[in-house]
Amino acid sequence: MQSKLGLDFKKVEQAKGLAKNIADEVQSFVESYTTVAVERTLCRLLGIDGVDENQVPLPNVVVDDLKGKGVLNQGVLFYIANAMAATGMRPQQIAEGVAGGTIDLTRIEVTDQKSLQEALEPVIRESIAKIREKRSRREKYLEANGDNPKPYLYVIVATGNIYEDVVQAEAAARQGADVIAVIRTTGQSLLDYVPYGATTEGFGGTFATQENFRIMRSALDKVGEELGRYIRLCNYCSGLCMPEIAIMGAFEGLDVMLNDALYGILFRDINMQRTLVDQYFSRIINGFAGVIINTGEDNYLTTADAYEQAHTVLASDLINEQLALLAGLKEEQMGLGHAFEMDPMLKNGFLYELAQAQMTREIFPKATLKYMPPTKFMTGNIFRGHIQDALFNMIGIWTNQGIQLLGMPTEAIHTPFMSDRFLSIENAKYIFNNMSSIGQEMEFKEGGIVRTRARFVLDKSIELLERINEEGLFNALEKGIFGDVKRSRTGGKGLEGVCEKGANYMNPFINLLKGAR
Amino acid sequence: MSGGLYSMQAKDFDKTLDLKKIKPYGDTMNDGKVQLSFTLPVPCGAEAVEAAKQMLKKMGLENPQVVFYQELTPGFTFFNCYGSLVHTVDYTDIYVPKVESTVMDMHQTDEYIREHIGRKLVVVGASTGTDAHTVGIDAIMNMKGYAGHYGLERYEMIEAFNLGSQVPNEEFLSKGIELKADALLVSQTVTQKDVHIKNMTELIELMEAEGLRDKMIVVCGGPRITHELAKELGFDAGFGMNTYADDVASFIAQEYVNRHK
Repeated sequence: MQSKLGLDFKKVEQAKGLAKNIADEVQSFVESYTTVAVERTLCRLLGIDGVDENQVPLPNVVVDDLKGKGVLNQGVLFYIANAMAATGMRPQQIAEGVAGGTIDLTRIEVTDQKSLQEALEPVIRESIAKIREKRSRREKYLEANGDNPKPYLYVIVATGNIYEDVVQAEAAARQGADVIAVIRTTGQSLLDYVPYGATTEGFGGTFATQENFRIMRSALDKVGEELGRYIRLCNYCSGLCMPEIAIMGAFEGLDVMLNDALYGILFRDINMQRTLVDQYFSRIINGFAGVIINTGEDNYLTTADAYEQAHTVLASDLINEQLALLAGLKEEQMGLGHAFEMDPMLKNGFLYELAQAQMTREIFPKATLKYMPPTKFMTGNIFRGHIQDALFNMIGIWTNQGIQLLGMPTEAIHTPFMSDRFLSIENAKYIFNNMSSIGQEMEFKEGGIVRTRARFVLDKSIELLERINEEGLFNALEKGIFGDVKRSRTGGKGLEGVCEKGANYMNPFINLLKGAR
Repeated sequence: MSGGLYSMQAKDFDKTLDLKKIKPYGDTMNDGKVQLSFTLPVPCGAEAVEAAKQMLKKMGLENPQVVFYQELTPGFTFFNCYGSLVHTVDYTDIYVPKVESTVMDMHQTDEYIREHIGRKLVVVGASTGTDAHTVGIDAIMNMKGYAGHYGLERYEMIEAFNLGSQVPNEEFLSKGIELKADALLVSQTVTQKDVHIKNMTELIELMEAEGLRDKMIVVCGGPRITHELAKELGFDAGFGMNTYADDVASFIAQEYVNRHK
């Protein structure tokens, strides 16, 4: 590929090689461990759903029971398969039995490996078929209507009430939105269970539940048919229930998922061991389901300075790319994150932002890059904010970003009004159309600000990757290498839910789903 | 827009400024001009425009003009409007409680602490409760600061501990005790359904129950926080939009000295 920036692709290769080493080392740790969230995901893959009389989800009931008995390291599949072989019951009935206290999974005599596999086989086949059906449903829509041009216009809804969210989402779709993200309620990332059923109360967002997914998916399908466009649905596959949300999304036909362990470690103080193990399985599921993952590098720039720390974003994108490849994700499904977050008073700030966006585009040519709008320097001056968003949109179309998260003039004031979304979509559509081919027309001057900036950021990120490669990712995070945030290997939330896999441990889904379709 | 480019209306109102009866200002004293936008849950059409105008009149706006309207989705119409406000406010009769301290810059505050206290002040901050936003507390505490105002970590005479986000009140307080905090900083960004009020009240109640309220300076901040609200909830001060580490540090230093006179 011809670089508009005069990037040295040998350096890009070097950077990717370093990132691969870093990811491989993480992976060698990840593969020997499981977590309560991974085990609950396996319960859901077996069709276990619903809650007990105290509103505790049955996957939690089963997994907590095994954990309490100190045998979680053998994994739920082993115990449930064993119970299925012994009793002939379905996984759901077994889970209900555990909840009702009539079944003790650890007291059933252990049968042979072959019977375990025979018991599981039809259930596994059924759940894989269910995911595949949702995936082909999306592909059929896209084939029939054609895909929407990129950058996709991405807006959020965040009323707290899923039914009100539907009204907002339909309006946004009619105005031209391509992706609707239902922001989660504050604090959900730290819940070690996924709430059940439709919800109408939330703070700053709406609970992610499987029923809420279903309600929004069906509303978007309806409005999509009316418009003759496929409207993608996005949610948040992050926090303590990462892989569980992934499987719920896969079952309900979600299209885009925030999915980034590094983000959880740094910004939600989730334990790094826990979330990297969770991330691996969640990305395998997202890969198989055809979901585009979004990573959260943009957030580094809300705490660290966007001009000085740009190279940390690139370094993290490179690591995230390698971690995603290890989970079988296709490059097209990688919504690697970056952002337009420089101080608007910075002289030539637009050129630096442009350089970085173009550089990211060229380093990840196939990725569906996720480009985040200004948030840190949105002040409540809605009029200037609208212009900041316009500059951001110019770079989005100029550098051919994949997903443009539309900024709202009222950022930092309230979750978007219906009219805020209208103004933002109008802003983006105007600029995307009016500047449609600017990327093909413009070149960057040799030795100029843009080329120099891109080269500088790439060089600095190689230096950083070399350091991380020497230290290992875990140590690097302990030293506060990203976003100026330090996290300890054994600190943060969720470490108690991690355990090393035991002798009987099985998870055939890893091989069946990874990189498959 | 054909009628509105140049106003040919006679300006037959009193054009002298009277602080006892102030009005919004467009381009002429006392013209009362106001610009606003809103959405009504009705379909687009002449009736919608009329509804918007009546709405403006009820708000006290004379000569209401709808300059732009568009249906956002069936059943919802968005308006941009102008009008002249009939109401006035007596500016001379306004009292707003403010943080009563002199704002000093970083060096002045460091010097003030060195001279009047003679040791470093320990400040512990967090975004507490379920609030996951670190933007506010980082802007005040991080070395780098925000918009050219250095954060507390950079102060020589302040030992700053930023505990990050989603810190439960109990944990926040016990960390404060452990670190021998002179001051606690609470940041609240999410204010939907007044979740911040509950959370901030809880902290004060906890401190009172433990007999700690008078032992530490407790301040809060966030885009929707005012000093008045902070005082009402039992905090020593509140810092809203457009306040920086300078404001917070100056207040803490001076408040500490006042208390220990």
